[in-house]
Amino acid sequence: MANIIRGIIEGLLSGGVYALMAAGLSLIFGVMEIINIAQGVLVILGAYLSYQLQQTYHIDLFVGLLITMPIMFLIGLIIELLFIRPLKRERTMFSILVTYAVALIIEGLLILAFTNTPVKLSAWYVTASVYVGTINGTQLYIAYIYIFTFILSVILLGGLFWLLYRTEFGSTLRASMQNRTAAELIGINVERISAITFGIGVAVTAAGGMAFGTTRTFNANDSYDLISRLLVIIVLGGMGSLRGALVGSLALLVIGDVTAEIWSASWSSTVFFVLLVVLLLVRPQGLFGQREGRKQ
Amino acid sequence: MRMLKIVVLLVLVVVAVLFPLQISPDDTTTTVAVFALMFAAWATAWNTFSGYTGYIALGHAAFFGSGAYALAIMCQRWHVGLSDVSLLGLIIPADYAPFLLVPVAGLIAALIAVPVGWIALHTRRHTFIVVTIAIFFIFQLLAENNIGSLTGGTAGLEFHNPSWIYPFFNFPFYYAMLIILVLALLVSWWVRHSKYGLGLLAIRDDEDRALGLGVKTGPSKLVAYVISALFAGMLGGVWGYFLGSVFPQSAYDPLNDITLALMAFMGGLGTLSGPIIGALIIEWARQNFESLPFIQNAQNPSGYYLIIYGALFLIVVLLLPEGIVPTARKWWMRWRSRQQSASGSDTPGQAEALAVGQAGSGEGGNG
Repeated sequence: MANIIRGIIEGLLSGGVYALMAAGLSLIFGVMEIINIAQGVLVILGAYLSYQLQQTYHIDLFVGLLITMPIMFLIGLIIELLFIRPLKRERTMFSILVTYAVALIIEGLLILAFTNTPVKLSAWYVTASVYVGTINGTQLYIAYIYIFTFILSVILLGGLFWLLYRTEFGSTLRASMQNRTAAELIGINVERISAITFGIGVAVTAAGGMAFGTTRTFNANDSYDLISRLLVIIVLGGMGSLRGALVGSLALLVIGDVTAEIWSASWSSTVFFVLLVVLLLVRPQGLFGQREGRKQ
Repeated sequence: MRMLKIVVLLVLVVVAVLFPLQISPDDTTTTVAVFALMFAAWATAWNTFSGYTGYIALGHAAFFGSGAYALAIMCQRWHVGLSDVSLLGLIIPADYAPFLLVPVAGLIAALIAVPVGWIALHTRRHTFIVVTIAIFFIFQLLAENNIGSLTGGTAGLEFHNPSWIYPFFNFPFYYAMLIILVLALLVSWWVRHSKYGLGLLAIRDDEDRALGLGVKTGPSKLVAYVISALFAGMLGGVWGYFLGSVFPQSAYDPLNDITLALMAFMGGLGTLSGPIIGALIIEWARQNFESLPFIQNAQNPSGYYLIIYGALFLIVVLLLPEGIVPTARKWWMRWRSRQQSASGSDTPGQAEALAVGQAGSGEGGNG
């Protein structure tokens, strides 16, 4: 019982981090109809940037985000300008192929720079735990890092929602999300909005990567596991829906962690994938998605 | 024109059949040839679904891997490859026996593709791509987790090694791949020229309108998907026997998913010869890259491969999105129509003859 409770708590806490990464992916899809397959490897890149800052300059992981997030934002802008903008027809399909290619290049560079040896981010709050309570005589401890990264995710997601729903930039962005052509007609610079959106969507991976790197060892190869989970989350939640990304991540992580506690860690993703399949049969558009139909 | 095509095709087949028997066959070259044929066949089969329907399936390695595992499991359980088999009065030597089960491996992969395709095809276009990627990773996980003690987990499965010695060793695999390639090409050609194939092309152009006009879009897509999986499974089986062992990471390799798409896009999506041309170019390029000294001496050569692959893909998608075959065809048509209009009242039948008399008609253009 205590194990299940811990699974649920850890799932909810780390679900926040995945929500952040998936929100970036969903935001990009919502505005640009672009699926960024490179999101997974960008998370790993973010983790390695934090690692490098910590190893060479001894910068704290959370402080380091002030440096890594702008770097990831710039990388996002560059990818958008160089590779996404030139796509003229069937953008969604070609974007998947192009970002897959970008992912391969980044993965290759990471392997050359950091080799395949897995590393882990460490700090005092990674190893130290806090006492949560006693259930059936078992004392329950949760590592500080789960709580810290959860708070970080809540802050960043809150910032994202504030940006989207409380600022002028947000309303132009949502206008572009709803109808690209109409937004262009009323004078919104959709190209600029797209570039910035892509930058924001990629920038959140810096935080996601840092959180990912503290909870487990990683190398460039982990990007496949990550991107498959992130894609499942946004399909589950409904492509382009931020709410869907939140619910999908929490569901994935809670189900995964509970399965890991009562069965085995290697089965946790499988169980989730099976649930995805069931959902697709009942609701192909995902939990909060728009029904895909004909585009006029 | 039609005669010319058939003659060229026959010449190519003869060259392909005789290729291993060249003077002083080189083991490395024939090994590369086995892989080149494998990818050519795989890309052709992939194109039969993705190229014709416009649904890009990025999880095709799931069926390739399933075929490889199916053959490995069958050979292990039934001790195939240890003793001679007699079939229809013919004695098949033990080493060739696993090839008899390759079609069965393909059928198993096709059977797996039925529910998988049925589920994935509930979604449209981009969601479909994403779902196929997700399903692919389920397969890798299942193999790693040793489901039902079938796959041997991360330790993988071993084939009984055939007793052939080099340079002969590659030949049976080469011809097995060649036969599958020819079959895949025939199926692809048939689909392209049948009413069923027209339905698939209609789905690519406008699925809702195709449905409205009476194309049974759901079953059509599923059948094409299963056909492509059948070939992927057979190729996976031959590949597994060729390498002698099957592991989750190599049988279910995400790089293969993207390689297929790259080959088809490079040659020309939805064309007959495009995927083969793409596969031959990519395999030839891969071979050349692998022999570069800085890659051979590198500590992590896979890093360089990934970068080269990614860069190649970007170049193809951004600069040549239509692929080699359609682009070449467009140039050829433009060149021919210019020739025709230059020389005035030529009948269409003389178009090829004009290619010979290039200089003369060039003068005509000036005049």
